[in-house]
Amino acid sequence: MTELTYRQALNDTLRAELTRDENVYLIGEEIGVFEGSYKITAGLLKEFGPKRVVDTPISEEGFTGVAIGSAMLGLRPVVEIMTLNFSLIAIDQIVNHAAKMYGMFGGRVKVPLVIRTPGGGGQQLAATHSQNLEVWYAHIPGLKVVAPSNPADAKALLTAAIRDDDPVLFLENLGLYNTKGDVPDGEQVAEIGRAAIAREGTDLTVVSYSRGVVTALEVAEQLAGEGISIEVVDLRSLRPLDRVTFCESVKKTSRAVVFEDDMLSYGVGAEISATIGEAVFDWLDAPVRRVAAAEVPLPYAKPLELAAMPDAAALTKVIRETLAASGYRK
Amino acid sequence: MLRSTVSKSSDSEVDLLDDRDFVQLIDADGIRHPSPTIDQWVADVSDAQLADLYEDMVVVRRIDVEATALQRQGELGLWPPLLGQEASQIGSARALRDDDFIMPSYRENGVAYCRGVALDDLVRVWRGHAHGSWDPSEFRMAIPAVIIGAQTLHAVGYGVGILRDGADSAVITYFGDGATSQGDTNEAMIFAATYQAPVVFFCQNNHWAISEPVGLQATRHISERAPGFGIPSMRVDGNDVLAVMAATRIALDRAHNGGGPTYIEAVTYRMGPHTTSDDPTRYRDADELAEWKAKDPISRLEKYFESKDLLTDELKARVKAKADSVAAEFRAGCIGMEEPTIMSVFDHVTIEIDPVLERQRSQYAAYLANFEGGE
Repeated sequence: MTELTYRQALNDTLRAELTRDENVYLIGEEIGVFEGSYKITAGLLKEFGPKRVVDTPISEEGFTGVAIGSAMLGLRPVVEIMTLNFSLIAIDQIVNHAAKMYGMFGGRVKVPLVIRTPGGGGQQLAATHSQNLEVWYAHIPGLKVVAPSNPADAKALLTAAIRDDDPVLFLENLGLYNTKGDVPDGEQVAEIGRAAIAREGTDLTVVSYSRGVVTALEVAEQLAGEGISIEVVDLRSLRPLDRVTFCESVKKTSRAVVFEDDMLSYGVGAEISATIGEAVFDWLDAPVRRVAAAEVPLPYAKPLELAAMPDAAALTKVIRETLAASGYRK
Repeated sequence: MLRSTVSKSSDSEVDLLDDRDFVQLIDADGIRHPSPTIDQWVADVSDAQLADLYEDMVVVRRIDVEATALQRQGELGLWPPLLGQEASQIGSARALRDDDFIMPSYRENGVAYCRGVALDDLVRVWRGHAHGSWDPSEFRMAIPAVIIGAQTLHAVGYGVGILRDGADSAVITYFGDGATSQGDTNEAMIFAATYQAPVVFFCQNNHWAISEPVGLQATRHISERAPGFGIPSMRVDGNDVLAVMAATRIALDRAHNGGGPTYIEAVTYRMGPHTTSDDPTRYRDADELAEWKAKDPISRLEKYFESKDLLTDELKARVKAKADSVAAEFRAGCIGMEEPTIMSVFDHVTIEIDPVLERQRSQYAAYLANFEGGE
């Protein structure tokens, strides 16, 4: 076990997979000489050379399409899209091609592609650079969408994504890159589509993913001081979605709050709460609540940006309301 | 000659499609024009081999006519005719090596025929039975791509892979004049030039993108764009099978020998509709079609053979017999095609079915089991 930042865990994993399999290569803008806008590919060009770490023209649709074509040949491209926001420029190649080729070719062509890209607000990067669009991709059959919340999962899920024969959108988060955590040494391969109980509890389940899990764990710790026992479910994968883990948790706690960085309307929380309603309605002691972003383009001004984003205070408030609505007593 | 103009209101109309400005070896009257630079690339093509190309063109036209009839009879959902584009497709496809890979659009049924794709597989997608029905690695050809221009990027990715493997094969990608306006196609040219990928960009300028004339896509020759990207280009008479073969061989030779990408604009004409869902009489003049019928790729080759006393009864009989038998097999294969099983709707979404889809699959199976004779 070694304490690493989320960034270092990703960097180490890319290095390990480049070393393990010569078909793995990295492609994207600014990833070589510049070592990536967020330095996830630091040192890799020097170590593996320009055939394995490929700098590209500034065109997300272009390099995503090129990566797909090379994956059809048997290579295993790991694409970096500088932020999830820029994936909009590549969305036809992702949704109409990467996601559908396996089916449209009748199972005869695989697209073992990974798209690594950070989402998330809170960095004062303004409206067009701060979005949480992962649900767009989680909506699409043929894609997998994973979203690790900590360095250990960053390693194990990235390893799994690179070895997976389906296209995987690997969602990072700008607010997580500098977070630290213990990472198991040696090869770690997560099972894609398996959620984790990030913290055990008995009174209420908070379902979250990516950076939301960090906040949820902080809130759970704080409320523990008051004797309130929160269980935190880290989805880890949005598609496939592990429904069993959060539904079983709700059967235990009878209360659920979804904490998400994206928009309330049609967001990840809508899918989670609908699933809970369908599957474990009889266990619920209160309506499922969602804590999500204000439905505005995320502002540039720092105080406005923070006001629009869901935070620990908002989550705590909704947890207390849900407990009260169910007649909870310590 | 088709004359597309920048602005019909302008007095100084620009002739966009000066058809004299292209490589041509056999003209519309069947006259062979020697070319000191191009002839060497087809010097090995004997009259007997030219007769084989003629046979290919007649057969794919026959497939095309048969398919259009099948669609009218309700046996196909849709068909994208290649009528008029036979020389572009046959001349280029027959120039390829077996280890060259093809990233087509949706109209390259003539190319697929040359590649040996089974006749029923040619039509399976258009009967609505499958999105794609042949093994790309077996025929070295991807299935039809229906998002305009997207396959050009896949071709470059494939080409980059060839370079990484250190192989000397190439990839050819087919697209139309309409696709030249798409971002993907332009981005593919940028990436191909940057990485010097062994890609042949084969644009069949058939003059129409559904109802939009080529003048709406390009105010100059399409082939003139490529040099701006750093890609050498050629403009060739797309209704001259010999010239198309020469141009494709030149491009492939560059690709096979580390010379990077080449762009070919094959000037041809879509004599039929965009697909069987289209009616071109609503937007184009009958005169224009008549002009291009006079430049037909098959009849010009017949005139050439006639001029050399080669259009023998024997050749005509041989080609007709082949076309008849292919057409019969094609029709029978289409009509006799087995329907896909209902439960296959859940196949091939991801490599392993995920739990949510597995649940939907078992629920649907249970639902069907409620009916007599259900699966």
